[in-house]
Amino acid sequence: MNVFEKMLAIDRRWIFLAIGVAVILPFFFPLGLPVVVTPPVQHLYDAVDEIHPNDAPLLLSIDYAPATLPELEPMAVAILRHAFERDVNVVVMTLHPAGYGLAESALLTVAEEMGQEYGTDYCFLGFQPGTSAVILGMGVNIATVFPEDAYGTPLAEIPMMDGMRNYDDIPLVISLAGWSAAEAWVYYAYQPFGQAVGAGVTAVMATDFYPYLSSGQLVGLLGGMRGAAEYEVLIDTLDKGVQGMDSQSIIHIMIIILIVLGNIAYFGARRRRKLEETEAA
Amino acid sequence: MGTLIWTTIGAILTLSVYSFLYKDNPFYKFAEHLVVGISAGYYLVIYYYNFIDPNVVTPVFQLRLGDQAIGFGSGAWWLALIPGLLGLLLYTRFFPRVAWVARWSLGIYVGGYAGLGISPVMQARVIEQIGANALPLTSVTNVLIVVGLLGTLAYFFFSMKHKGILGALARVGIVFLMVGFGASFGYTVMSRISLLIGRVSFLLHDWLQVV
Repeated sequence: MNVFEKMLAIDRRWIFLAIGVAVILPFFFPLGLPVVVTPPVQHLYDAVDEIHPNDAPLLLSIDYAPATLPELEPMAVAILRHAFERDVNVVVMTLHPAGYGLAESALLTVAEEMGQEYGTDYCFLGFQPGTSAVILGMGVNIATVFPEDAYGTPLAEIPMMDGMRNYDDIPLVISLAGWSAAEAWVYYAYQPFGQAVGAGVTAVMATDFYPYLSSGQLVGLLGGMRGAAEYEVLIDTLDKGVQGMDSQSIIHIMIIILIVLGNIAYFGARRRRKLEETEAA
Repeated sequence: MGTLIWTTIGAILTLSVYSFLYKDNPFYKFAEHLVVGISAGYYLVIYYYNFIDPNVVTPVFQLRLGDQAIGFGSGAWWLALIPGLLGLLLYTRFFPRVAWVARWSLGIYVGGYAGLGISPVMQARVIEQIGANALPLTSVTNVLIVVGLLGTLAYFFFSMKHKGILGALARVGIVFLMVGFGASFGYTVMSRISLLIGRVSFLLHDWLQVV
């Protein structure tokens, strides 16, 4: 077996181990690599920054599940910190059944950290299934879709929801989703009602959303853990997003090296085989 | 103490799932089955208490819509009962002799959502994109966008043979498609590694508390 064939025959479990070590090491030896903010993230940050304090609220639709938590929860935490720091009221809801507990957890944790009061500074509407029907219904009357908040309090009895009827009273909606919910907000909130929509999505989905961003249907876009890291840099509070970037960078370099080596091994082995067949003939 | 127990259980399940990277084993199978079962139970409870109870059970049987009382046989009562019955009819699919009844509910469901979606999706995915790509060729970026768009569209035009100008444009389109796929793959790698980073962060920070 020549060197190229040996390279191709390496047990993949060694590669898994190398990747694991490469992810773990930066937690103990952080590199502090810089995170450069890109325009899509900056635009979303600016959109939140333009919301008036103690006035019409930001609607944050936390539509992710545990499977996409590492990428999307840092976004939720960063956006909530940004909003609460500026005394922007926040209404949180979810269109995903598994998002109920996650949305509540992120909201209550940041609200407690920032000294916010339920009902005055923020509220949690809970979960409603039906995605498109929910989004369309809220464009007509929020109270018909969410007659009560997640804890059974009628919306009319929540101080910050007083006078809030539909999207005319909401300056910005941000959907954090690992599935098609973020697209649904574009289709059913932006298109019929002209509602300003921003999105935070997993990196896998991010490329599908750039057309909406460049056509102006999204005001801004966060893509994956990198997007969360950039937002953390903007709000000057570094957390899990930035913490993961060192590991992310090392792994990307490692994968590039592995791809190059794999191609060298593949073409080298093929060339060696052809030479041997020619000699044998 | 309670948090430590649940965190430890989460860590053991995380390591059980990752043990599959070495080889398939009973610990992985147990964790996999556990997540399926718990997810099903959790979703059932969430759907029932957040949707079925306030929108169907309470109006129909308790004659209440939120805080407001509704009359038996009123418009609101029928609006709660009929969709609820249609939803129940979906379960007739499990009984071969009456399975055809489910088609009525499915038809209303599919037809309704398709009708809701046609116009906004068409607007968002086609009309707005055409407008956004009608760009003046005054910058390198705009030229690249227009050439890439035309090349990609040419590649997927199969009504004529790809030769001559169409063939050249299609070959340009292939290059842009490959660049797009590469970017998508790079994002996919980033996404998968992010999930691993999240789990490692949980193990080192939340469980072992060494970082």
